[in-house]
Amino acid sequence: MTLLEARGLRVEFGGRGAATARAVDGVDLRVAAGEIVALVGESGSGKTSLARALLGLEVPAGGDVYLDGKPLDRSARALKAFRRRVQLVLQDPAGALNPRHTVYDSVAEGIRLHDLAAQDPERRTEAELVAAALSSAGLRPPERLFLRYPHELSGGQRQRVLIAGALAMAPELLVADEPVSSLDASIRGEVLALLLALREQLGLGVLVVTHDLGLAWNIADRIAVMYLGRVVEAGPTEEVLRDPQHPYTKALLSVVPEIDGLEPIVLHGEVPDPTRIPAGCRFHPRCPAVADGTAASAGVVDACLGTPLEVLPVTSGHEVSCHLVAAQKISASTAPKGA
Amino acid sequence: MSPTGTPLLAFEDVSVTYRTSGGEVPAVRDVDLTVASGEVVGVAGESGCGKSTLASTILRLQPPTAKVTGRVIFEGEDVQTMKWGALRALRWAGASMVFQGALHSLNPVQRVGAQIAEPIELHQPSLTEARVRSMVGDLLEQVGLPAARARAYPHQLSGGQRQRVMIAMALACGPRLIVADEPTTALDVMVQAQVLGVLEGLVRELDVGLLMISHDLSVLAELCDRIAVMYAGRVIEHGPADKVFSDPLHPYAAALSASFPRIGDPAARYAPAGLAGDPPDPAELPAGCSFHPRCPKRFDQCDTVEPELRWPAETRSREAACLLVGPS
Repeated sequence: MTLLEARGLRVEFGGRGAATARAVDGVDLRVAAGEIVALVGESGSGKTSLARALLGLEVPAGGDVYLDGKPLDRSARALKAFRRRVQLVLQDPAGALNPRHTVYDSVAEGIRLHDLAAQDPERRTEAELVAAALSSAGLRPPERLFLRYPHELSGGQRQRVLIAGALAMAPELLVADEPVSSLDASIRGEVLALLLALREQLGLGVLVVTHDLGLAWNIADRIAVMYLGRVVEAGPTEEVLRDPQHPYTKALLSVVPEIDGLEPIVLHGEVPDPTRIPAGCRFHPRCPAVADGTAASAGVVDACLGTPLEVLPVTSGHEVSCHLVAAQKISASTAPKGA
Repeated sequence: MSPTGTPLLAFEDVSVTYRTSGGEVPAVRDVDLTVASGEVVGVAGESGCGKSTLASTILRLQPPTAKVTGRVIFEGEDVQTMKWGALRALRWAGASMVFQGALHSLNPVQRVGAQIAEPIELHQPSLTEARVRSMVGDLLEQVGLPAARARAYPHQLSGGQRQRVMIAMALACGPRLIVADEPTTALDVMVQAQVLGVLEGLVRELDVGLLMISHDLSVLAELCDRIAVMYAGRVIEHGPADKVFSDPLHPYAAALSASFPRIGDPAARYAPAGLAGDPPDPAELPAGCSFHPRCPKRFDQCDTVEPELRWPAETRSREAACLLVGPS
């Protein structure tokens, strides 16, 4: 069952004389209830803008966000209810927690804003709700942490406090932006294991925004790879990471240090400026298949340079937005059997 | 340890203690490590393990509250006791550093070319302005940037380009050793691959030694010849890079290695590997092996005996400080 969805979503920044940056430039994305989806991309790919738009924090320039299949109601009242169901977990827990609030106050803030203690079906007090949220986030016994300040906690504990603050709202979906990138390697696994355990116990879905393909392999059911405002490849994690089709995904995977046996494809330059999105396929200026003539010999290079690609549709399968891959699929299906 | 006899850099039984209001806090304990010319050595470890403090002793850059014991030998001379003039000659020209966080290490209101020129002008005041300018252009090209970028201010460059500027600056006076402290942290994987390629090429072309400090064991495994893994101020494992990453001896090195999942490995699917607990506070180190409170393999002697680095029975090219490894 689809919980949160983007359809043809566009987010733009700038204007008033400055060039318009098309940070998100047409994206379809779907997160089902209880599903863990990884939105993967480099800095400047638009992944954080997309996540913010999905949370209703950016007003789309085109397309829309759908909750339970209905367009997101942007009235203040509806947004407040929406933000209980879909909770943001920020990166950098040291910066996201108020240094002058105790752990108790940080976690209780949302409970007070939404007056959850008064509405609790089990008639739990505020303190009981805070304790339950901290326990769910793996901070046990919770009472020992109530009066601690963020600077007295380790990085892993701080990230758990942030997650506890989100859990106190009894959300259905967490949107986690680089949830472990500021943590030490040995702590990272514990926080990721917590996200998996929460899905197991509470049916909680997670949209995790990350640059880390290893993280996606660790926890995500599905993965969407973004490049310059578009999803260029999406599908079940096993298929996308074991058998990447898009030249960009292939290159990204090849430079992950821990993968043996892949010849590294180091792309030149960096993700271009979203105010100047290249014509045709937006990846063509850096595409190894264009540079080495593979696209030309497949007869698609004119399309790569001049024909824009459609917004990648969401299906249950493995989808790729690439002229070359499309041409190879057609030639494979029309080739005589046994050839 | 080095194949060519005298190493370029040798830490001999180095310990660093910080004096704080709460007493003396050991940051680095009894480290022995060498780097030879043309060799890439990695120091891996997490926040607070002492790896950056260790690196700071090479150029005697440790803060005044730090007390260093043991010897830090660069080309046969002890850096910690050498005269100020000799130290000044050593900094930049003998050994140079690439710091993490290029945005904060560069002066925001000075063109990057002038910043690269500064150490050259200090060390070779007789050079003409035109000569320095052409050297700066060459240095930028050496790290894969057009010479014209010398006129850019740091904010006009991307993170990867700024890190390249930092490397160009480190090369400015032709050092024999480069110390890189988290040179690719905060960079995207693709840009990281580009910067690592630059470093790798420099070691090959210039035959410099490279000591690379990083929390990222997978990056070190890719680039280094040897890796030393630090925990709570000590080297707890040391050996050939691929062995330390793919077949670690010490339980901590094993946990650190496992926390970098191998994509495609079914064992890592829906199974993120981590370690419970946090690294110890250096002011209150546990008795015995510092890792024992978090160790999945601890047994009854671990909280009383602090293990020395020892060779496993089968090889002398590797060592680990664990009672399960031995005999020495």
